[in-house]
Amino acid sequence: MGQRNFLGPSGTVLGHGEFWLLTLAGFGLFFGTWWGVTALGLLPAQTLPSPLDVWQTLVRLWERPFAGHVYSEHLGASIRRFLMGWAIAVAIGIPLGLLMGWYRVLDEVITPLFDSIRFVAPLAWVPLAALWFGTGIGGPLLIIFVGSFAPCVISAYRGARLVEERLVEAAQMLGASSRQTIWHVVIPGSLPSIIAGLRVSAGLGWQSLVGSELIVVGAGLGYLMVQGQANLETSVVIAGMIGIGIVGFVMDVLLRAVESAFRRRWGQE
Amino acid sequence: MSEIVFDGVTRRFPLAKGGDFLAIDCIDLRIEEREFVAIVGPSGCGKTTLMRMAAGLDFPTDGRVLVGGKEVRGPGPERAVVFQQFALMPWKNVRENIGFGLMCRGTPRAEREEAVAHYVQLMSLAGHEDSFPHQLSGGMQQRVAIARAYVMNPAALLMDEPFGALDAQTRIVMQEELVRLARRNPRTVLFITHSVEEAIYLADRVVVMGKRPGRILETLDITATRQAENWEAEPIEEVMDSPAFTHLRSRIWRLLKAREQEAPAA
Repeated sequence: MGQRNFLGPSGTVLGHGEFWLLTLAGFGLFFGTWWGVTALGLLPAQTLPSPLDVWQTLVRLWERPFAGHVYSEHLGASIRRFLMGWAIAVAIGIPLGLLMGWYRVLDEVITPLFDSIRFVAPLAWVPLAALWFGTGIGGPLLIIFVGSFAPCVISAYRGARLVEERLVEAAQMLGASSRQTIWHVVIPGSLPSIIAGLRVSAGLGWQSLVGSELIVVGAGLGYLMVQGQANLETSVVIAGMIGIGIVGFVMDVLLRAVESAFRRRWGQE
Repeated sequence: MSEIVFDGVTRRFPLAKGGDFLAIDCIDLRIEEREFVAIVGPSGCGKTTLMRMAAGLDFPTDGRVLVGGKEVRGPGPERAVVFQQFALMPWKNVRENIGFGLMCRGTPRAEREEAVAHYVQLMSLAGHEDSFPHQLSGGMQQRVAIARAYVMNPAALLMDEPFGALDAQTRIVMQEELVRLARRNPRTVLFITHSVEEAIYLADRVVVMGKRPGRILETLDITATRQAENWEAEPIEEVMDSPAFTHLRSRIWRLLKAREQEAPAA
């Protein structure tokens, strides 16, 4: 694998150092503008608190409970809830996608149904989830599940479809049963696509989190934000958003690393 | 009992625009037990389709394909295939790729490892047991694919242009090695190639095919020439320069050329 390069605006190749410099410049510009707007008093603190205010709020939330819990507890509650919903989506979605890719009939039965349901946004499931589960754990799980299920199915399905026909034939001529072919050829052959799908589905599931936490009483970043809104504490709302952003970003980086590790191992990069 | 018999085999492929394409037109061919037969012909003459039907990866529209007296109904390890594009599993190392068929068969681990080690040695793959296919050259990958087929102890070996993706030097080395392997381990072999030289050098019998539709033009017996000239004791470049060899080659070329002029490309 060669040195990774980045294309500049006119097609010039940027080195690693220059890339990070530009990334930093972007963040600098963002926080600089934010700070500038608040420092000049262009917007009232009620509408947009300064970066420093938000930082102080974060520290406060970390040390003292707000809406019943300290920040780390809200964060932990959200991550636990997300992991449960996501795990259910992965556990059902990946096998279903693989089977759809392998068995034509299943594909034709499920795909139209699936296509018509997946355009209902996760948020649109909130009322139904509330009716079914009230304020129990089921509601948030359903919404996170709805958010992350589709990419799991689609990526596994695509992966299974794109497995080289030759490899399936090779396995069969060596005497592999259907089960052995799926286990030794279709699943490993689909893994790069599945892992890419896991990344997308984790992102979408995590994004559905706030929606799911609108119907939770107790703890969670979404709950924290809703309480912040109720108390007119804009900095609390923004502090919640920052937590969501950072966790999502870290998750994406980790799954990207897993993805490229797999590709390297099998010489696909 | 491992002779391969094509009994009035016809294969038509349906065309997208309707109608169908006659790929193979009523072929009768019998490959005897432990005979090495090469089929040579231009692209599109249906030679690969013939092999795929013997492998059970494709089926005749008319007629029957029998191996060891039994009609072929699907792929199986008694008819091992060596593909042109190797078709090794990228996620398995050399050892696992060679042992895959034995694992599917349920061979005990110790026995499996012994068999794999034997073919690793025989195919000069020692030291690469833990490598993954993408870490090997094309020639090495094809050695793994050949070992993977041989380790199953198949009744028949079906090879579809196995050296077609290799460079010229590697190809010659592999041809010599295959002759050596085939002499140590005689099998019924159906070998598909578009190289006339390769077919003459390797086979007991060369079947020359023409296209549109795919038919057998002629079958040439090489065994007598090979034995009289003692080819197996000579290096491949000497063999390919010998008058007997070039004579056979010209004869096959003339057949293919006459056919080409007779049936202009449609």
